[in-house]
Amino acid sequence: MATRSTPRSTQQSSSAPRRAAVIGGNRIPFARANSTYSHASNQDMLTATLDGLVARFGLAGEQVGEVVAGAVLKHSRDFNLTRESVLGSSLAPTTPAYDVQQACGTGLEAAILVANKIALGQIDSGIAGGTDTASDAPIALNEGLRQTLLAANRAKTPVQRAKALTGLRPNQLVPSIPQNVEPRTGLSMGEHMAQTAKQWGVSREAQDEIAAASHQHLAAAYDRGFFDDLLTPFKGLTRDQNLRPDSSVEKLAKLNPVFGKGPDATMTAGNSTPLTDGAAAVLLGSDEWAAERGLPVLAHVVDAQTAAVDYVTGHEGLLMAPAYALPKLLERQGMKLQDFDLVEIHEAFASTVLCTLAAWESEEFCRDRLGLDAPIGELDRSKLNVNGSSLAAGHPFAATGGRIVASLAKALHEKGSGARGLISVCAAGGQGVMAILEAA
Amino acid sequence: MAGVYAGFVSSPIGKKLATQLGLPRPVRLRRYAADAPLVDGPVLVAGLGSAPIAARVRDLLKAQDVDVVGEVAQGTKLGAVVVDLTEAATPADLEVLRSTVAPTLRSLRPSARVVVVGRDPRDADGFAQSAVRRSLEGITRSIGKELRAGATANLVLVRDGADGGVDSTVRFLLSGRSAYVDGQVIRVGEGTPAEPADWAEPLAGKVAVVTGAARGIGASIAEVLARDGATVVCVDVPSAGEALARTANKVGGTALQLDVTAADAGRRILEHAQSRHGGLDIVVHNAGITRDKLLANMDDSRWASVLSVNLESILRMNETLLGDNGIRDGGHVVLVSSIAGIAGNRGQTNYAASKAGVIGLVDAMSTDERLRKRGITVNAVAPGFIETEMTAKVPFATREVGRLLNSLSQGGLPIDVAETIAYFGQDASAAVNGNVVRVCGQSLLGA
Repeated sequence: MATRSTPRSTQQSSSAPRRAAVIGGNRIPFARANSTYSHASNQDMLTATLDGLVARFGLAGEQVGEVVAGAVLKHSRDFNLTRESVLGSSLAPTTPAYDVQQACGTGLEAAILVANKIALGQIDSGIAGGTDTASDAPIALNEGLRQTLLAANRAKTPVQRAKALTGLRPNQLVPSIPQNVEPRTGLSMGEHMAQTAKQWGVSREAQDEIAAASHQHLAAAYDRGFFDDLLTPFKGLTRDQNLRPDSSVEKLAKLNPVFGKGPDATMTAGNSTPLTDGAAAVLLGSDEWAAERGLPVLAHVVDAQTAAVDYVTGHEGLLMAPAYALPKLLERQGMKLQDFDLVEIHEAFASTVLCTLAAWESEEFCRDRLGLDAPIGELDRSKLNVNGSSLAAGHPFAATGGRIVASLAKALHEKGSGARGLISVCAAGGQGVMAILEAA
Repeated sequence: MAGVYAGFVSSPIGKKLATQLGLPRPVRLRRYAADAPLVDGPVLVAGLGSAPIAARVRDLLKAQDVDVVGEVAQGTKLGAVVVDLTEAATPADLEVLRSTVAPTLRSLRPSARVVVVGRDPRDADGFAQSAVRRSLEGITRSIGKELRAGATANLVLVRDGADGGVDSTVRFLLSGRSAYVDGQVIRVGEGTPAEPADWAEPLAGKVAVVTGAARGIGASIAEVLARDGATVVCVDVPSAGEALARTANKVGGTALQLDVTAADAGRRILEHAQSRHGGLDIVVHNAGITRDKLLANMDDSRWASVLSVNLESILRMNETLLGDNGIRDGGHVVLVSSIAGIAGNRGQTNYAASKAGVIGLVDAMSTDERLRKRGITVNAVAPGFIETEMTAKVPFATREVGRLLNSLSQGGLPIDVAETIAYFGQDASAAVNGNVVRVCGQSLLGA
């Protein structure tokens, strides 16, 4: 408490904003689509995830500054998804909440938003997260049927209404199902990635190595209890359903390509992320807020950067935006890629990771595209995705950011104070989100 | 909780039939409610000679505005009878007990209490005194079997010079908290009890850890400790995390997912309690598993896993939890034994080994000089037939028999076990050490 003799330092506002602390996280195990969580809605999963986080940190009945989360595949009824989840959770009903959406970058963007508000002193604590279900996906009315019904709704007389309804056609019974397709190119994300992979000459074997490592690292992390305080079981699932601890390059080599064409196709179901259901959340706060509650500070959010590329004209690959975000972060922080102790590159596809790494190693790319004098250089693979990533865990789009922030914060904390980690998440629409964490 | 039998004998036809045939008719037991009086009705308090405990109990009850009487008036129904036989020295002295209690037995309200108070036979001076002190146990247990309609009888043995420590035990036995505790002997010895500021929150400001808190009895323990004012760290295996989170959020505590058999379990629990909540006052070792098989068919993994979770983990965790930087001085450790650990049970050699071991642990820990110096108490509950998800899976006939083979003619509830544990956890129970109290409705098994 402030007293007359010792004025509070915060009254003399310092120029540098405070850094937001990553206190911990929680997620439910990720399930393969149309399996264990088929009947769980986004709200169910986000609520369960919040409740697990609340229990871990003793926040039942407490109000946190803000809860920010989102979903990529979202029902129209879920317009207030995060707030509704808060109301269904054990948090105080006076906790404000809002939804965000930046495709697969949603979860990380939510964490950045919360961290920034904490840094500015607008809130002292917040929860960032995301949820997605490919099983309980929103199926919309056929567009023709929708237009016909809206026309009938606009009609003022019964005759006009009857006339409008004559527009009904049997083929309008076919519903509109969400597709994993870029609206401006009509190509699926996998097809886009296949083009980029071919361009960078990424081999099948290198992709399978990334995939096998992801499974092996994730399994090892489970075995050593790494997820004991990062995860809460849901609907009987205690581990990520997609995890195959015995995965190997040899086994993955037997799979047939699913993206790309001809004998050169390299992308299989094994080195591409499967459709998944799940949710994740991270608890952030000021150091003071954490200390008042005896809560640990695992890491601080140091910086963040987004980027977008022109993939529509084919100038750049759909998922290459993170490659462009990195130099800005490095310059601002006065760092080299090699300075990071741990690096998390979201495995949308194994080839995404490999193309990004290849781009940073390429003198030509770094010069022509990033405007750098020298290439960013090689990353020591032993620092990459050390506790597994999306290929093994799965990738419920908006949940991935929360998964990575919490896991990386814990892994950095284990390395010791000052250890720095980089997060890279690519997103639909040619976007990328990056953030830097530093162990407390 | 009503079984099929209990439901039947509550129906009009069943009631008539049961009465005619002299069959037991379970009643709904009086349980703790925040707004309910300590005892339901006037309390007859009497005793032999100067009866020091009776005097104490009278004061205690009067302070609670309980009506205290010296004899049964015509037409009154008593809530409880407390008889102080601490000065009994010869068999002839027992006549006081007969002449005091006998006239009250037809004037008791449902869920009434008979509490007999005596001295510990271990402190007896001479053969006759030792014999007569032990007689009290036989009398009390017999009264328990004679009582009907949810009434119970228990014996409190007070060591010489320990009269000041008896209050929390008397309160517990008279209250609804001891609903399913019947025919038990509770010893009150040395220790400096601290009266709580508010008897409605006897654990206020305390930090408790409960292992196996996700479901069943463990979840109920967490709820009762929190109700009594404690901050509860709820521990269970990571795979039970979903239910554990529900418990933790319900009681406003924290969830700690860990396997109690892990080498560092004690350290992690202690770190969590100290960093999050500032210390540790109460440890409830509740986590337990069953892997039943007849010994003839028992494999080594069933054998080892039960002993590992139910006994070895406690020994290992206690090294840290009871270390110098562990639980606070004056803290309380409560273990969970089982009726199987006392009576044995077919198909449960491994489980009985672990639960009998728990009793051995209570004996040793409660007499350990180092722990006694620090004022740490160690007690255990031994649940009988308790209605849980686990017993709901027991075959129908076995379950119905299990429910009925006790003086209260019904199964107990998880909350009954939890209430006894919360009583052991009170600083007011500092003089209650080394007890194994069965929460079994005076089960016939192992009695």
